[in-house]
Amino acid sequence: MSDWLFFIEVSLAGLGSGALLALAALAFVLIYKATQVVNLAVGELLMLGGYLFFAFAAGWGLPAWAAVPLAVIGGGLVGAVVERGIIRPMLGESAISVFMVTVGLGSVLIGLVELIWTADPRTLPAFISTKPLFLGEAYVSRKIAVAFAVAAVVIGIFLLLFRFWRGGVALRATATDQAAAYSCGINVPGVFSIAWIVGCATAAGAGILLGAIGGISPTMGVFGLSALVVVIVGGLDSILGALVGGLALGLIQSWTGTYLGGEYTNVVTFGILIVALMIRPYGLFGTHEIERL
Amino acid sequence: MPADAILEVENIELVYNKSVQVLRGLSLRVPRGQIVALLGSNGAGKSSTLKAVSRLLSLENGELTAGRIRFDGQDTAGMQPHALVRRGLFHVMEGRRIFEDLTVEENLTAATFALSGRDLPRGGFDEVYGYFPRLAERRGTRAGYLSGGEQQMLAIGRALIAQPALILLDEPSLGLSPVLVEEIFTIIARINRDTGASMLLVEQNAAVALALSRYAYIMENGKIQMDGPSDRMIADQDVREFYLGQSDGAGARSYRDVKHYKRRKRWLS
Repeated sequence: MSDWLFFIEVSLAGLGSGALLALAALAFVLIYKATQVVNLAVGELLMLGGYLFFAFAAGWGLPAWAAVPLAVIGGGLVGAVVERGIIRPMLGESAISVFMVTVGLGSVLIGLVELIWTADPRTLPAFISTKPLFLGEAYVSRKIAVAFAVAAVVIGIFLLLFRFWRGGVALRATATDQAAAYSCGINVPGVFSIAWIVGCATAAGAGILLGAIGGISPTMGVFGLSALVVVIVGGLDSILGALVGGLALGLIQSWTGTYLGGEYTNVVTFGILIVALMIRPYGLFGTHEIERL
Repeated sequence: MPADAILEVENIELVYNKSVQVLRGLSLRVPRGQIVALLGSNGAGKSSTLKAVSRLLSLENGELTAGRIRFDGQDTAGMQPHALVRRGLFHVMEGRRIFEDLTVEENLTAATFALSGRDLPRGGFDEVYGYFPRLAERRGTRAGYLSGGEQQMLAIGRALIAQPALILLDEPSLGLSPVLVEEIFTIIARINRDTGASMLLVEQNAAVALALSRYAYIMENGKIQMDGPSDRMIADQDVREFYLGQSDGAGARSYRDVKHYKRRKRWLS
């Protein structure tokens, strides 16, 4: 019986971190869907979000309700600057050069953060109560529960927006055919900007939640690599894929970490990546092109 | 020059990648409310002309190095393509270019962005569905699964949503069966008559285009070779032979008599 309880607790913790993975994956998906750019700096933008919150909450002593939105907005601003300054001039260049630019951007962000806040890990001021939460008999850390709830709500909102909002149609149209989107009167550069702003703001929000659970350090961007696995397995252009893939990977990482040992998590994570790519190269939920016969 | 032209193109030169010159001093005009045809062989620069007008050529590294384009009396230099669409110039691109992953209805929704600042007429998409009942039947289908003819209808339907003053039509007959070509062109004529939208029509199918249009330009090698009212063009000996594939001589003639290639070359130079 207690074995079962333990398993459920491990699973709940896995779902919590899975929700964060899904949120970070959403940042990948938003930017990829609109601009066809795989933004490898998502992990570092996430880290930057954590540090921005740290600066507002610990440095300026702002309360959490002000510091959280400020940090998210800050992440969005960084996204806007990056899109206008670096990505838009690269429009029309090959996908691999834009990809490499985002790799460089990630390194620059790490360097900046180390210059400002040093390389030492820090803990965020507590803004989620540490009182444990019980689901039936199973214990869940309240931070993980909050992270899960926030991620679920945010992803749900995006799913609805994409399906029912006119702007969601514009974004999907832009993703399918830029020239045709222009010809329909869609402001394509505007769509790019919004995707970057919202994507980076989402990453920053995920960074705050992640930092609240495990503390922040300049290397926490590695989390972005796990999120990359999620989007590649789930499909680079699928929000649903990000959600399902994120939760699944969170569960799997939690199980392997507990039952096999922490050293197995990376082996299993990237093992899944390889197998998934062999079976469904366009991801579990990704679109593969329609071919009429 | 009369003032009632919706589109005036004056001596434009278009260069791709700063190296390949495609248009060499091309001029044409579209009077308000009329259909004008732009004919020519492959690679003459017809599609490039349309992209120059709609300014979509910037996406393909094309640049206007000389000349002027005026839409509705205003110089379009420096305008963004989407801004031009919102002012009433809609480009139905070659190859239909519908959004395959979106449903029929979502494709039309995407075109409502062309209305920014104006309202979608009451009844929404009913006007489009009125012209193309088949689209109404398939409104929930992903557009990629439509037949070629239905996709062309959708592409024209998107233009209708925008309530444009000028529609640029690039090869609406591409890849369609003769029956469908006739159906599509009948509807194009109806749209022109009902909405008063002017049209600049690029076509390989010269017979259909000349029948539909009031005035026609023929271009070769990036400039206008000849132009005139369409009914006069249909009667023209050279046009009949080189673009309509007809000749007056009855019965078989030997290749030596035709000297098609030489005559054509002389005509072009």
